Amino acid sequence: GRACLSHAEARARDGRSGEEEEEEEEGCYRLYPGHIPTTPLQKALLAAGAAVMALYDPYRHDLVAVLGETTSCLALPNLRDKMKHHPEGYRILQERPRIRLSTLNMARLKELPDGTLGREYVRFLEDNKVSPDTRMPTKFVDDEELAYVIQRYREIHDLMHTLLGMPTNMLGEVVVKWFEAIQTGLPMCVLGAVFGPVRLSARKLQVLATELLPWAIRSGRNASCILNVYYEQRWEQPVESLREEIGIFPPP
Amino acid sequence: AAAGFCPCRALLARRGGALRALCGSVRGLAAGPETHFGFETVTEAERREKIYQVFESVAKKYDVMNDSMTLGIHRVWKDILVHKMNPSPGTLLLDVAGGTGDIAFRFINYVRSVRDRQLQRKLKHHQNLSWREISESYQEEKLKSLGDSQVVVCDINKEMLKVGKQKAQCLGYSEGLSWVLGNAEELPFDDDKFDVYTIAFGIRNVTRIDLALQEAYRVLKPGGRFLCLEFSHVSNPLLSRLYDLYSFQVIPVLGEVIAGDWKSYQYLVESIRRFPPQEELKAMIEDAGFFKVDYQNLNSGIVAIHSGFKL
Repeated sequence: GRACLSHAEARARDGRSGEEEEEEEEGCYRLYPGHIPTTPLQKALLAAGAAVMALYDPYRHDLVAVLGETTSCLALPNLRDKMKHHPEGYRILQERPRIRLSTLNMARLKELPDGTLGREYVRFLEDNKVSPDTRMPTKFVDDEELAYVIQRYREIHDLMHTLLGMPTNMLGEVVVKWFEAIQTGLPMCVLGAVFGPVRLSARKLQVLATELLPWAIRSGRNASCILNVYYEQRWEQPVESLREEIGIFPPP
Repeated sequence: AAAGFCPCRALLARRGGALRALCGSVRGLAAGPETHFGFETVTEAERREKIYQVFESVAKKYDVMNDSMTLGIHRVWKDILVHKMNPSPGTLLLDVAGGTGDIAFRFINYVRSVRDRQLQRKLKHHQNLSWREISESYQEEKLKSLGDSQVVVCDINKEMLKVGKQKAQCLGYSEGLSWVLGNAEELPFDDDKFDVYTIAFGIRNVTRIDLALQEAYRVLKPGGRFLCLEFSHVSNPLLSRLYDLYSFQVIPVLGEVIAGDWKSYQYLVESIRRFPPQEELKAMIEDAGFFKVDYQNLNSGIVAIHSGFKL
């Protein structure tokens, strides 16, 4: 980071800008589209700033993503290794599937019988009026494979909602965050899980504490790594069967 | 991981460099001479387009970002500029790249307060006026609170002008203020029109500074003054290191956190480094025909005010 920076500055001062690559920034190569190389200091400042700003202005979803990216440098390699050592996970890392409206065949998924993953996923998207295209692309992860891992984690979030049967209200999101926190160990999930319940009413907190959380924690611990499931090849599989296969207990 | 990639990248660049340079020059011939956008090399047309997009995207958060980046000190710099200008009522000011109106509003405030003091002094001399005469002078005062002073705010970017107009409405500025869409390199005004020309934190974003300076000379009346407030070069080595650290480490982060836009603020700090230092800018201003060209460093050169006269 710092070395690259003064190198670029020296080049700029020398005026040999004609030799520079058009796409080069700060002298460091961009590892994937949308990548912004950052120094450790910048990452720390970003994490702190994003945390404060996201609390101050809850509509800044982009900052939640930034916070996730800047704090996950320890957890992501673990996740990537878990994927590498699993046959299905390894295939996902090789083939790099993306869940977007352009890659999903929504019409076909709608025609699947009720109870299948595809049908329930589309139902979830429609009921909650969400779209898989609203996920932020990764910017601040300095490894191209890890950038994909965190992107994959973001894109299967809606599938988690479907598998756990949780809606997108605050309560549902907190439950999914607890599940994800135990599964992935990402600091962002842990933060969301710990601070999310602060905004819940007393009644909901009670439901959370007595029924939903114990179930989510047990399921999280029991289930195999959710990133190791090639969801795009399992649209026809019934949700119940997939739950059993992964190890998620039936929702209360 | 990023540091590890750099040597490989450098190797690749060197190998492909000759070919790329060739392609670059061919493109250059087709699309125009090469210039810089921050630390990138682009054609002039591309640079204009990119800069337009930068300001289009930052317009709404421009003022908030200015306050955060400079910890509010930019207000002091702008105040100093207007005090240096010391406009008297009746001055016609052209504020180029004046987008959100900071200089224009300060100008109006200054002229109003000068006018108020003039009127107060006049009233003091006429302590034996009748009630009718006093109320008449109040009427006159209301009609001419600016004393015929006017400011024209000219900016190339529609979004910035939009924000400026909204601000004017919110703050209650209407008299003596006009908003014009225009390019500093080719101003839509006649020769010898304005008493003062200002460009605050704008000349850095102009692609052909020499043309902008020539235009400034053209539209000023003889006796008119050119004033330029811009980021400049810090010669003190310790301060320079701290300034660099702050610029490159903190400012893009502020851009991402406050405005959701890292890249525009990365461009900002890079463009400051690319801008000519004080003496070079002074020479360019002299080349355009201005006399008595001088500069004043603020905060050890973080910012400088250049001034020149058309004689």
